[in-house]
Parts: sequence; C-alpha cells; structure tokens
Amino acid sequence: MLKIKNLEAAIGGNQILRGVNLEVNPGEVHAIMGPNGGGKSTLANILAGREEYEVLSGSVEYLGKDLLDMAPEERAHEGVFLAFQYPVEIPGVSMSNFLKMALNQMREAKGLEALDAMEFFGLVREKLKLVKMDEKFLSRSLNVGFSGGEKKRNEIFQMAILEPKLSILDETDSGLDIDALKIVSDGVNMLKTKDTATIVVTHYQRLLNYIVPDFVHVLIDGRIVKSGGKELAFELEEKGYDWIKEEMSAVA
Amino acid sequence: MDNDIKNWYLSNFKTFESTLNGSGKTAFERVRRGAITSFSELGFPTTKNEDWKYTNVSPILKHKYNLADGTPSVSPDLIKQLTFEDVDACVITQVNGQVIPGFSDEFKQDGVIVTDFQDAFKNHADLLNTYLGKYSKFKDESFIALNTAFVENGIFIFVPDNTTVEQTIHILHLSDGAFVSHPRNLFVVGKHSSVKIIETFYAQSEEEYFRNSVSEVVLAENAFIDHLKVQDESKKSYHISNVQIHQEASSNYSATCIDLGGKLVRNNINVVLNNENCETHLYGFFLGTGTQLIDNHTFVDHAMPHCFSNELYKGILDDKSTGVFNGKIIVRPDAQKTNALQSNKTLLLSDDASINAKPQLEIFADDVKCTHGATIGQLDDEALFYLRARGIDKEMANALLRHAFMSDVLENIKDESLRKQLDDLVIERFTEKE
Repeated sequence: MLKIKNLEAAIGGNQILRGVNLEVNPGEVHAIMGPNGGGKSTLANILAGREEYEVLSGSVEYLGKDLLDMAPEERAHEGVFLAFQYPVEIPGVSMSNFLKMALNQMREAKGLEALDAMEFFGLVREKLKLVKMDEKFLSRSLNVGFSGGEKKRNEIFQMAILEPKLSILDETDSGLDIDALKIVSDGVNMLKTKDTATIVVTHYQRLLNYIVPDFVHVLIDGRIVKSGGKELAFELEEKGYDWIKEEMSAVA
Repeated sequence: MDNDIKNWYLSNFKTFESTLNGSGKTAFERVRRGAITSFSELGFPTTKNEDWKYTNVSPILKHKYNLADGTPSVSPDLIKQLTFEDVDACVITQVNGQVIPGFSDEFKQDGVIVTDFQDAFKNHADLLNTYLGKYSKFKDESFIALNTAFVENGIFIFVPDNTTVEQTIHILHLSDGAFVSHPRNLFVVGKHSSVKIIETFYAQSEEEYFRNSVSEVVLAENAFIDHLKVQDESKKSYHISNVQIHQEASSNYSATCIDLGGKLVRNNINVVLNNENCETHLYGFFLGTGTQLIDNHTFVDHAMPHCFSNELYKGILDDKSTGVFNGKIIVRPDAQKTNALQSNKTLLLSDDASINAKPQLEIFADDVKCTHGATIGQLDDEALFYLRARGIDKEMANALLRHAFMSDVLENIKDESLRKQLDDLVIERFTEKE
C-alpha cells in the first residue's frame, strides 16, 4: 500500500529526515516511536502533504501512485488521513458545514452523489456515537473551545466519517486521560479492516496497549534505526532510547 | 482640470434646473441653490484634505458624465434575480436614481409613507421640507452639496409614531449607461416605531458610471431602524455614499454595509447621538480585488450621556486592491457614561494589497468606556492545510476561511433566509476568478 524509499526532507533549511525506508501493507498497524526531534511528526506531515516541508530526495509510492506528486486534498480523496497532533481551531467554520463539505468533495472525487441532509445527519449521528461525542458539537466552530481530549476525539470522528485507507495518527495519545485514550483507541480499532492500514506515531508505549501494532519502528535522527514486533515497544518503554543510540554508535 | 470638471457640473446644473419647470418653485429650491453655491465654493476634495488623504477622487473627475435622459431599460429577469427570496419586501426599483413605477411595488400600510420625491413634493410637502437637507451637511462636503443640488426623484419613507412596519422596504438601485446619478433617501421614523430597510446597488452591465448617493436618516425617541446595504456595483464604476443618521433618545440604529463592487468606493457614515440612551451598531464588510479602492469613513458623535455605539468593520483585500478604514468617535464633554466599541480587522491576501486603518478617538468626558482595535493579518496556513487534508480543495478551503473571517459581520443579519443568501453571495465572490 505504502512504500517509502530513502526519503530525505528538510524544513526551513534544516534537514530532518535522512533516508527513511518503510513499507506498509493493507491490514497492518505500524507504530513509529522515537525521541522528540527524531522526525516522527515530519514524516506524518509529509505523508499528508504539508507544503512547508521540502522533500530533498527519495520517493513515496501509495497504491501504485506517486504520493509526493499529489495535493493534500487529492491524498485525502485517495484515502490518506492524518489525525493531527494539534488540530487547528477555525472560528466561523461550523463542524457540520466542514464535515458536509469534506465528505461531499470526497464523494465527488469518487464519482458519487452528494449526500442529502437526511443521509448526512444519519451518518454523522452514527459516527458521533463511536467517539461518544454529543450532537451539540455539530453547531460549534471547528475545534474552537474544545478540550484537548475533545479535539482528539474529533479527529477520530472525522476519520470515521471519511473512512480512509491509510490512517496516520500523529501523537493522538498526547495529553489524553485514560478514558479519552480508550475512546480514541476503541474508535481506531473499530474502523480497522483487512484493507486499511494504520501508522501510529507516538512517543509513549501506553497507546500501543490499546492499538496493538504489528510492527514497531524506532525513528532517531531522521532514520529508522530499529524495527521489531510489539515487544520492541515494551523494551523502549523500559529502557528508553539510549541503548539504541549506543548500538548505533557501536555499529558506526 | 479641476476647474474644468467643476464647471462641467455647474453647467450641468443649469441645464438640470431649466428642466425642472414648475416643480423648481418649491421651497426646496432655496436649498438646491445653497447647495450648488457650496459645491462651487468647495470644489472636489483632493488628497491634501485630511478626510481624503488616502482616496484620490481624480479618476472620477476625468469623466464628463451627463445625467441620464430618456427611459432606461430594465430587465424583469434581472429584478427577479436581484431581489431576495423568502423575504417579505416591498421592492422599489431605481435606475440611475429614477424610480421605475412598473418595477416598484406599491406600499400599503396605513399612515406609513413610502414614495418618491415627486409625489412627496406634491402631497407631503410640509414633511419633506421639515427634514430634507436639514441633516446632511452640504456646506462641508462637496459630494453632498452636488447631490443636494440635483435632488429630484429620491425615496421618502415616513413612519408615524407607534408603528411597526411589517414589510421590509427594499430599494434596488440599478444603473443603465455611463451617467452620473444622485440617488437621495430620506427616512424618518417616529416615536416607538420601527422599520427594516435594505438598499442594494447593482449595475445592469459592466459600465463606467458615477453614483453619488446621500441618505438622511432620522430616528425619533425609541425608534428602531435596521439598515442593510449591499454594494455590488460594476467594477468600473465610482460609488460615493453619504449616510447621515440623527438619533433621539433611546433610539436604535443598526447598519450592515457590504461592499463587493466598484472601482472607487467611498462610504461616509455619520451618526449623531443627540439624546440619552441611544444605541448604534455599525457593521461592515468589504472585499477588494483587482485595483479596487474601498474607503469606509465612519463618524459617531456621542453628544449626550448613556449612549452605546458598537462598530465592527472587516475587510479582505487581494491583488492590488486598497482599503481605507477611518473610524472617528467623538465623546463630547456632556456625554458621560458613554460606551463606545470599535474594531477593524483586515486580511491582506497579496503583497500588493494594502489597508490604511485609522481609529480616531477624541474623548472630552472623563467617565466613559471606549475601546478600539485594528488588526491586519493573512490567511492562516495551518487552517488551510487542515481543511485540505480533509479533502476540501484549495480554492474552497480558501473561500471557507475567508467566509469564516467575515462571518461575525453577517451574523448580525437576523433574518435567516436573507443571511443565507448573502452568505452564498460572498462565498460565490470568494471562489470567483478575476
């Protein structure tokens, strides 16, 4: 589904990614862990198409297409979804207008008819339940005045509405209490199918108790320096990242 | 050149005066004469005049416009398109400042007068002469002087005391041909009465013309006026508008002014709070593209205590457009316990767009609350990316953010159906290519 080859990228002249390689297949959950500044969020943002990042070299193939060549909205239409680390507050844009527009543009791109008001609200109500959000959120401005937990639940709610093929969760667990964490992970798990893949970017192992990864990768200094199964996450939680850095310097 | 064009308008006036026939002999004739004398003395303003520092009117003065003559053409389809659906309104159509009876509804509510000046001079001469020309200061402002000299066929709305006008009154201003026109309104609302007025300005074709409009608005004690103006003129046209509001005790004037069209646009809104407990709301939105210049000058004169004025103007300027916002508030020595708020926010979407924003507070009373603020910013890239990452294309995401920016101006339009139609109109403008 996703093939990242030797990806190097910079922002504001500072190189962050120094040759990332990663392959993700349908049905898989990949966790990307690593210390701050290692490049986790950069990778997530580049996959979603954030224009501030400059790709220096390498390639990203998604469902056989060149992902880096696509505008952010095209990526979304093709099924890429980024759950933002910091969902943006947009005063004056109501949740319901935003969702309707996003959903209908997505449907239009797929050659489907726009949903009518009844169908739309039916869908929205069903998906709100998934993340235990109240209907009154729909009339509020997008993310404005939402608590940290509400913002993250709202990301998963949007994911539920848009039904992506490849979901990238960028530190969705940060700042969540245990109840919100459970709601968010339950949502993600329920949306998972054999045809969809998930990349979980996280600093902590905690989330991985709920969203169990098939693979864990450690991203340090812009490279994936170690990959393993879910047990690697426990090891990282216990020992931190220093031992990997020591391994790296021993190899060098 | 200035004298040349001034003389052009003066000779225009001679011709105009000779066509007035018998109707020129009314008491208003003296006002008309006074106005043309003022115009002759004042001439057109230049950028040396502080009030016109950022707005150079010389493009208007390059044209020798005539008054429209003959019967203008009006398309019924256009009228239908330009009126608001599901809004119970009495529509009065003016083309080049002339009321077109065939396209104007008759207003029927006992005691309420909605008519043109020709009828008013005949049938309501006392009322007209009591108010007309008494509020707009033609001695100080040459465009008002010019308008006043050419007053012929304006709109007179008179609401007697204790009357709620049920129907909205919608004055639809159209243009036809490259002419100068001087639309004039006189709105007088009696004690404990209320009325809702919509004025819309459109071109029938993308032509150069000059519309020089003046309105006098008088609110008696506890009167209420809701005044909406939508200016969507031809992008080649010149639009100068002066609105003078006079408020008596406990009256409430609320205006929303939306500027989308015009090559050079100047709005002067002057409010005099002449007695206690008045409330004034001035909301404005302007959208500039191409080389448009849109200038909003507001002046709220707090002459008496315990009044509240609230002002919010928002602008979005793209390409090489220019905006001007000058918000003057005077709080006179007697006007204790005044509460005056003013806010002006502008988005600049291109490096070549510019805004001259100037709050101007002159406070002579000591127990008052006055706040003002002006901000200038750009569209939020983070928000843009967020919307696009959800599949909303760049153009629509841009439009959505621009609409969000100005939505707190339109929120003040209480009629939901009307607001929705204005929302759609501005969103259409946001997604339109030049």
